[in-house]
Amino acid sequence: MAAIFQGVGAAAALSSSLSNSFDSKKFVSSPCRPFSVRKGASFAVVRSDGRVNLNPKGRRAQQLISNAVATKSDSAAASSSSKPGHELLLFEALQEGLEEEMERDIRVCVMGEDVGHYGGSYKVTKGLAKKFGDLRVLDTPIAENSFTGMGIGAAMTGLRPVVEGMNMGFLLLAFNQISNNCGMLHYTSGGQFTIPIVIRGPGGVGRQLGAEHSQRLESYFQSIPGIQMVACSTPYNAKGLMKAAIRSENPVILFEHVLLYNLKERIPDEDYICNLEEAEMVRPGEHVTILTYSRMRYHVMQAAKTLVNKGYDPEVIDIRSLKPFDLYTIGNSVKKTHRVLIVEECMRTGGIGASLIAAITENFNDYLDAPIMCLSSQDVPTPYAGTLEEVTVVQPAQIVTAVEQLCQ
Amino acid sequence: MALSRLASSSSRSADLLKPLCSAISLRRPISTDTTPITVETSVPFTSHQCDTPSRSVQTNAKELFTFFRDMALMRRMEIAADSLYKAKLIRGFCHLYDGQEAVAVGMEAAITKKDCIITAYRDHCTFVSRGGTLLEVFAELMGRQAGCSRGKGGSMHFYKKDSNFYGGHGIVGAQVPLGCGLAFAQKYSKDEAVTFALYGDGAANQGQLFEALNISALWDLPAILVCENNHYGMGTAEWRAAKSPAYYKRGDYAPGLKVDGMDAFAVKQACTFAKEHALKNGPIILEMDTYRYHGHSMSDPGSTYRTRDEITGVRQERDPVERIRKLILSHDLATEKELKDIEKEIRKEVDDAIAQAKENPLPESSELFTNVYAKGLGVESFGADRKEVRAILP
Repeated sequence: MAAIFQGVGAAAALSSSLSNSFDSKKFVSSPCRPFSVRKGASFAVVRSDGRVNLNPKGRRAQQLISNAVATKSDSAAASSSSKPGHELLLFEALQEGLEEEMERDIRVCVMGEDVGHYGGSYKVTKGLAKKFGDLRVLDTPIAENSFTGMGIGAAMTGLRPVVEGMNMGFLLLAFNQISNNCGMLHYTSGGQFTIPIVIRGPGGVGRQLGAEHSQRLESYFQSIPGIQMVACSTPYNAKGLMKAAIRSENPVILFEHVLLYNLKERIPDEDYICNLEEAEMVRPGEHVTILTYSRMRYHVMQAAKTLVNKGYDPEVIDIRSLKPFDLYTIGNSVKKTHRVLIVEECMRTGGIGASLIAAITENFNDYLDAPIMCLSSQDVPTPYAGTLEEVTVVQPAQIVTAVEQLCQ
Repeated sequence: MALSRLASSSSRSADLLKPLCSAISLRRPISTDTTPITVETSVPFTSHQCDTPSRSVQTNAKELFTFFRDMALMRRMEIAADSLYKAKLIRGFCHLYDGQEAVAVGMEAAITKKDCIITAYRDHCTFVSRGGTLLEVFAELMGRQAGCSRGKGGSMHFYKKDSNFYGGHGIVGAQVPLGCGLAFAQKYSKDEAVTFALYGDGAANQGQLFEALNISALWDLPAILVCENNHYGMGTAEWRAAKSPAYYKRGDYAPGLKVDGMDAFAVKQACTFAKEHALKNGPIILEMDTYRYHGHSMSDPGSTYRTRDEITGVRQERDPVERIRKLILSHDLATEKELKDIEKEIRKEVDDAIAQAKENPLPESSELFTNVYAKGLGVESFGADRKEVRAILP
């Protein structure tokens, strides 16, 4: 199924960035330019006195700014080709995706704490228990290890459970089940069993939730062979990835973010899925490739606004697929810009960024003009105090500084 | 045929019946006679929060011979595996089941292939009782292509999907939540079948077991948790590991039954009872009082934490294969020589399977990357351009 949707996904990813109306946080993507930047080309230099050195690229930067102002009308014109769609919040998009899949395939069931009668702690499963009944939307006791194991056992027989961890951090209790049984059973049984399970839940640093409720598990799970990991960041890709994950024959871990649940976006009415192994081009550019995922995408886009004002042209890619990496999209971008900045919420040590640096260096070293920079969270437990928590995570100002440093 | 009580092996009743039998029945090595015989289990059942099943078990000559043959085959297979391990043809961990055969055989006799079985790492015999062939067993143990998991699983990862045998798990206790998940799927799909989730006395102290039991009881799942209590969790005796070694009682709200696990008929009776119970009332725990002659695994001599006298004592008094042999002899269904011939046949079968497995090739290097994902992701490595393939990983 992955192969079939490869082409569709690529088109969808590009068109999604063009056709959706954006809120003030996001940038409109400019139409792709035909020429490519040669190695050693000069960039718009921002001098210490704040004046921008105008060169042909600088003029382009100004064009970009005017495009940015005219966001709404541009995107409206671009989106007239697709259906008007409907507006909703990210958690509603997840719910829609889940509901559609449950209607479509009777084998899909949901297991988790408070997903049924309570409607889900983040309202992702709201209304599903009433609609599908207690046998398909199951309230479990607080026993992550065993209900994740039960989900995996059910998946071995052909059911397609969606296991919700109320917070990703709680899934640490189920690590054994996820690693040994979920990831490895297809291999150790010589291909006899597939585990079409989806494990999802919110993670990431929230608003002063404390250390144990602000964990980023993608770095812990990334070594497990046999699983796929995706991170959603917009209502559009949340619904698409949820549906693709449920339809996938492989075990998929879908990482949501606590702070992104109330994002609003207009999504298409028709049935669509997002390719699980594909990255999303958020903003094509020329000067530097910024790779990011989940909440950091919004920090990057905020920084991008500043960067564009300063004359830079960053290319922003939301990698979405954390395992395996979409080295095709990333590679093409590196080939074009020759500079890479990774912005992630994981810890510095052993995070997704660390693996991504290794992967890019191994495969695209010849195309790099500068060492890859990676901005990650500090290697500390997330503190409670608001100011400290802010410093733990990468902020837009740091991203701007990093790009300036990278583009010297 | 006349009812015969099996208290101990005695030739008294055999002598009385001899003239009758020789006149009526034809004594053939493998009898297909299905006239019912009633045997009594060695000890009565003890129960917790439920009724006990009757001590009288219905069987027939055909079943007796099947039991004998299957258990003798398993015994021979495990002993052969022992020699193969010492010859370094089997590496890693090898946990042998000899002594416990009655549990596998008795359970299989009570259920159908629609019912699921999941067990831990001592899985060779359970795999065979679910229909696995000797070649698959030995090839997998030696890491060859013809193994049930294509050589990629090993001793602890035997699976047979088409007969609902779900393995084969190395981490102690992790298979019990999986088993409850299987029971959930059976209830979800309205299969009218049950799942037997086997674990040992060591695993009985795992928290996830009680978590899974709680959920199974809440959701009324047809799950049967079977504790194969061989009294030692690797080197730790049960009284040193469990405050309450009455494992059948530890389900608390879930009913439990204690069964003599060395008596295949007791096991069969208990499993029939449990299946009926689970389909109506939800989870039930069975504790099989059994014993393993080998150590925990091949790296464990098995004699540092128990005396040799204990082992030989159990072998003399409670051996499951001997029990069936005595039953067959006392019912005059075969002579000693005929049974010995069956065992010789089995020995040859096992030796043939081992020879065949030795000839079988090791997996190809490309096999390293198959079955990691269901769709073969990541076997090829592309460069920056997907049209340019950089390397096809071997």
